[in-house]
Amino acid sequence: MSAVLVLVELAGGAPDRLSAEALGVAGGIAKAIGGEVHAVVFASASEADGAADAAPALGGYGVSTVDLVAGEGLAAYAPAAWAAAVTQVATAGPFAAIVASGGERATEVLAHVAARVDVPMAANVVSVLPGDRWRVTRQRWAGSLLEEAFLDGQPRLLTVAAHAVPALEPSASASAAPATVTRVDPAITDADLRARVVGHDMTAGDSISLADAKVVVGGGRGLGSAEAFAMLDELAGLLGAAVGVSRVATSLGWRPHAQQIGQTGTRIAPDLYIACGISGAIQHIVGAKAAKRILVINTDPDAPIFRRASYAVIGDVTAVVPAISAEIRRVRGGG
Amino acid sequence: MRILVLVKRVPATGGRIVLADDARSIDTRYLGFVVSPHEECAVEEAVRLIDANGGESVVLTLGPTEAADQLRDALAIGIERAVLLETDGSDWDPVATAGAITDAVKDLEAAGGPFDLILAGNESADSGGYQVAIRVAVALDRPIVTGIKALEVRDGVATARRQVPGGADVYELPLPAVVAVREGINLPRYPSVPGRLRAKRKEIERIVPERRPGGPTLDRLQVPVEQEQHVEILGNGPEAAPRVVELMRELGVL
Repeated sequence: MSAVLVLVELAGGAPDRLSAEALGVAGGIAKAIGGEVHAVVFASASEADGAADAAPALGGYGVSTVDLVAGEGLAAYAPAAWAAAVTQVATAGPFAAIVASGGERATEVLAHVAARVDVPMAANVVSVLPGDRWRVTRQRWAGSLLEEAFLDGQPRLLTVAAHAVPALEPSASASAAPATVTRVDPAITDADLRARVVGHDMTAGDSISLADAKVVVGGGRGLGSAEAFAMLDELAGLLGAAVGVSRVATSLGWRPHAQQIGQTGTRIAPDLYIACGISGAIQHIVGAKAAKRILVINTDPDAPIFRRASYAVIGDVTAVVPAISAEIRRVRGGG
Repeated sequence: MRILVLVKRVPATGGRIVLADDARSIDTRYLGFVVSPHEECAVEEAVRLIDANGGESVVLTLGPTEAADQLRDALAIGIERAVLLETDGSDWDPVATAGAITDAVKDLEAAGGPFDLILAGNESADSGGYQVAIRVAVALDRPIVTGIKALEVRDGVATARRQVPGGADVYELPLPAVVAVREGINLPRYPSVPGRLRAKRKEIERIVPERRPGGPTLDRLQVPVEQEQHVEILGNGPEAAPRVVELMRELGVL
């Protein structure tokens, strides 16, 4: 009996969005190999009863068995301790594959497991084809390039690229069997707790509004100077929008890194992204991929960003942006 | 203190990726190369820590002979020594890469003493495997944190911050340790002209690494099909402003 093990993070009693994406991929693998889906869920000692109440509902996501890892050592997040617990569950298997989401912690924990068990791991996978040799398709360059690769090892370890595959919807039918829940008391050593969370700093959360903003005004090299960004602040203020910038603008010190949109910055998903004086390097574009519409303001109609644009104004941002702000004031002033 | 920084040479891709004829690598004939962005910040962080605490810094990469250029970039801003694990330029998977780096760390430590801190980037810009630093740390039995955007080292303890929704998680780990950083932890400096000249004269230590089997094994690459996007040109210059504002109203964002 082969099975697939999935790391599931719960939010409000249900798998969070990225875990639901991982469950979808795991379900596909299980179907292909004729196996079951098992989930491993973490809870601190105080959260354990709540998690035990919520875990049977994972049956609606195709999970047959939940290994609920709870214990004193898990009160604060420690990557190696979580990995020790997953490794303990995995070796009790056997499992054909272990799947984690593209979340920061899930990816980190699975990489620890891969190192401990000494098997390969494929990160940011978008599709899996089990067979004599398993083939995976995974993202490179934050999704600008796809790689087809062979994934060997026993078990196969992979993380699912975030927001690249559909999240599994729970089965609405009452016939979905509740998952069986088994409590696991992990054997965690002092060495597993050497790197752990010791506190939280809630003063540094400034880029989150950028990730959630409905409208984003972005600026790049075309602005020409740090001072010129004042006109973006003005337009953003009028629209209730967040200000974002390209990597060039942060590398030149014009703007703080917390405002950077891109592969090494924040991923945005607004209804409208107004990209001002941005050429559209891959590094930037992958951060704006989830924008519903892009309005480009740029002097160069051959700039790569036009390939992603819904709307465009050809012109110098330092002339066009103030004109738009003035027009907004005029129409508002006029009633 | 002694610090080792791990970096990777990656192409500067610009606006569009073009594949080589065999579809196993990127066509880099018209591209420059850089240190992968997170690692550029790891280099800067190492220079600052050594400036503040004294000691020695070493930069290490695994790559083709041309990767010496990226090592010189690190030497130019103040790293003292550079080690190249020289390959034939083919794609090394994360298991093989981490194995070769671990071997090299053991040799360097046997000769020059232990590293208090090994700094790496969170993930490389090109392959994005998210695991080499963790594999090296586990093989050396050292604690590691990843995704770090602020780092302090004091009295043998590293305090590191990782951004999470609404703020940051604070980690503490005893040295010796491994820390994988993200861009934004600092703003890397530009090398000075004397720095570049000094770097040019320095010797790069070259080692031919042993390649162990690993994975995942690259088969071929493909550029995802881009959706054809129809662009509506709203106008030229400031005269387009009324049409832009009209559009904002239509979209309900005003």
